[in-house]
Amino acid sequence: MIVEAGHFALALALALSLLQAGVPFWGARTGDPTLMRVADGTALGQFFFVGLAFAALAYAHLTSDFSVVNVEENSHSAMPAIYKFSGVWGNHEGSMLLWSTILAAFGALVATTGGALPLRLRADALAVQGLIGAAFLAFILATSDPFARLSPAPFEGRDLNPILQDPGLAIHPPMLYIGYVGFSIVFSFAAAALIEGRIDAAWARFVRPYTLVAWSFLTLGIAMGSYWAYYTLGWGGFWFWDPVENASLMPWLAGTAFLHSVAVMEKRDALKVWTIFLAVLAFSFSLLGTFLVRSGVLTSVHAFANDPKRGLVILGILGAFVAGSLALFAWRAPLLRQGGLFAPISREGALVVNNLFLTTSCATVLIGTLYPLALEQFTGQKISVGAPFFNATCGVLLLATGFLTPFGYSLAWKRGDLLGVAQRLAFALACGVATLVAILAATRGGPVLAPIAAAIAVFVMLGAVSEVAARGFRGRAKVGVALHRLAGLPLSFWGGTLAHFGVGMLMLGLAATGFGSEVIATMKQGQTLTVGPYEITYDGSRTQPGPNYQEVVADLRVTQDGARVTTLSPARRNFGARKMSTTQAGIATLWLGQLYLSINDLAPDGTLPVRLYWKPLVTLIWLGAVAMALGGALSLTDRRLRIGAPVRARSSREAAPA
Amino acid sequence: MRWRLALLALVVAAPAFAVQPGELLSDPTLEARARSLSAQLRCLVCQNESIDESDATLAKDIRLLIRERIVKGENNEAIRDFLVSRYGDFILLKPPFKASTLLLWLSAPLTLLLGAYAIYAASRRRPAPVAALSEEEERRLREIV
Repeated sequence: MIVEAGHFALALALALSLLQAGVPFWGARTGDPTLMRVADGTALGQFFFVGLAFAALAYAHLTSDFSVVNVEENSHSAMPAIYKFSGVWGNHEGSMLLWSTILAAFGALVATTGGALPLRLRADALAVQGLIGAAFLAFILATSDPFARLSPAPFEGRDLNPILQDPGLAIHPPMLYIGYVGFSIVFSFAAAALIEGRIDAAWARFVRPYTLVAWSFLTLGIAMGSYWAYYTLGWGGFWFWDPVENASLMPWLAGTAFLHSVAVMEKRDALKVWTIFLAVLAFSFSLLGTFLVRSGVLTSVHAFANDPKRGLVILGILGAFVAGSLALFAWRAPLLRQGGLFAPISREGALVVNNLFLTTSCATVLIGTLYPLALEQFTGQKISVGAPFFNATCGVLLLATGFLTPFGYSLAWKRGDLLGVAQRLAFALACGVATLVAILAATRGGPVLAPIAAAIAVFVMLGAVSEVAARGFRGRAKVGVALHRLAGLPLSFWGGTLAHFGVGMLMLGLAATGFGSEVIATMKQGQTLTVGPYEITYDGSRTQPGPNYQEVVADLRVTQDGARVTTLSPARRNFGARKMSTTQAGIATLWLGQLYLSINDLAPDGTLPVRLYWKPLVTLIWLGAVAMALGGALSLTDRRLRIGAPVRARSSREAAPA
Repeated sequence: MRWRLALLALVVAAPAFAVQPGELLSDPTLEARARSLSAQLRCLVCQNESIDESDATLAKDIRLLIRERIVKGENNEAIRDFLVSRYGDFILLKPPFKASTLLLWLSAPLTLLLGAYAIYAASRRRPAPVAALSEEEERRLREIV
């Protein structure tokens, strides 16, 4: 009954989303405020009913209702509750429902927090958001019904793919989707601006909070996915330039470019057309990503339960929205008036260069991902485009972007002083060069890019610190004055600084992967092997049952110069229902590095095949991403950026003369 | 096709444990060469994995083949050429630079150049910036600041 109610709620949500797409839009054209206000109610209603549908599916999963096909195919009664719940989106139908739920949530967010937005802009934006919602809800109802029943109902489900039975599934997709889908709201605002043919700095201020939310979550979501791969794959790889990873990287790159260009628009009223274009691009890439992942066009580790027929429908949705918005762009963008002039050497100029590099990286990822498909389609030739290609192209581009970051961040708006900036950054630059020299002197061989990346990373981190110091100690101020000044700096400054520092951390972590150590061997009980600065002793193994698996756990004692550090227990889990095994690595975080131990099935003679890794500074990769996301969150809390703030300021000013 | 699917199932069944201890060469320099070579080669039956990362039987066979040839004294080029003659360009994770991949390889530099040109052109189209302050204005400004 609850399941049928969920299905019905989904249909109601579709009806509401169609109203949301039509009525406010008509109201905005005829200038009828009553019709325009329909947007808020329908957006909230759509969210309520999609949320209800999602809750109904979650209920079916949590209660292991195997009469529902979706539950039967992707769940098992013995699974822990957390995986029963995350299993809701561990399949095609459920993940599309999550997608639509988050889409509706962003619409509801605008309806509740957008009180200060001009009514017409809000109505148009929510209408576009409603249209996207309608497309996806119709897609779910027509081709991917998560509520289909099965008769007779089986006693047991077929279990969730064991690789997905991990806390990662509970965190990674929701975060990624909040990021992915969050850009829909930016897209809707861009479309609304184009429909009106008018855009100004206030628009930038309106969309910035939503952009920051989406971008921060996308950053975290990608990082979380990467860490998930890292700890489950058993050898510590964390980024594979897999098509699906690329699909999430493209909106991130376009979104990052947008975040920077919208800052220019907000502060200087410049780069309007370009900013709008990026807004369209970022969400187009989200849609493209959804298509690539859900259609099965590309084989990838994420290819669970996909179907070419559904892919065709998503391709249709993708094509309609991308072509529609680009046509709208081509038609209306010439109406947008350019403002704000600036010299080439200025913060704006630097941000233009930042955008050039980020979009070029994005284009390279796009072409690299789709080129093999296109080539095979047109010539029948099969090629592979893998990590070595992307490292040589995007890797280099992103390194260059990193190197330019501190310069841009230190330049003044409108007209900057490159010499002054160079002096300010001299210390950071010197430290970077020193890092490069030290690494080249201390190591032999290894990847070519690693020392360069490390040097740039140090430069980026210290560059961010230098900027803080320069702001505080300008004019050789005393410490007290400097601290007072720093305390007075806006939170968005601190957010930006933290995010840029995070970029440096991330790069340092990536660079350090070139300097780890690895031991692949078989160990006898009691044997000791050395990896990096640690000794690993194999103390023995045991078999133990889990809720829905059997696991072999090995005890590996870690010592450093004879002193005990810890004992790690990597395991191999065997899942009976799907006859699959997974590897649970034993990981110890020691300072910023990690000791990463994984095992394979015991050999018949009782020896244990092991892979032992010492990965120095590796945690910086994800801590850097967390710092970037926190930076985004910090900027978000800046009082000046709150959507309500401008209204309060205006009303108090109006009140003053009276 | 069927055997490929079967292999695929095998791959999924055992998340990459990749290079097995028994496969390693005793000489660390030669082994390092084998590893770096393996990282550049695609596991033909997997989903975007290098043979260094893959658990598939085919990947293992190629890993062993590479090591055999390294021990025989063949250089990396020769080994790579042999594998390409056998499996085609598909095995190279870094596609070769030739006519059919020209656009792929030039995509990054071309986009960068076109973008830079577009920015240059856009900046030329702008009206001339506002005239600089006169000396008198500069002086007044200094006084005020």
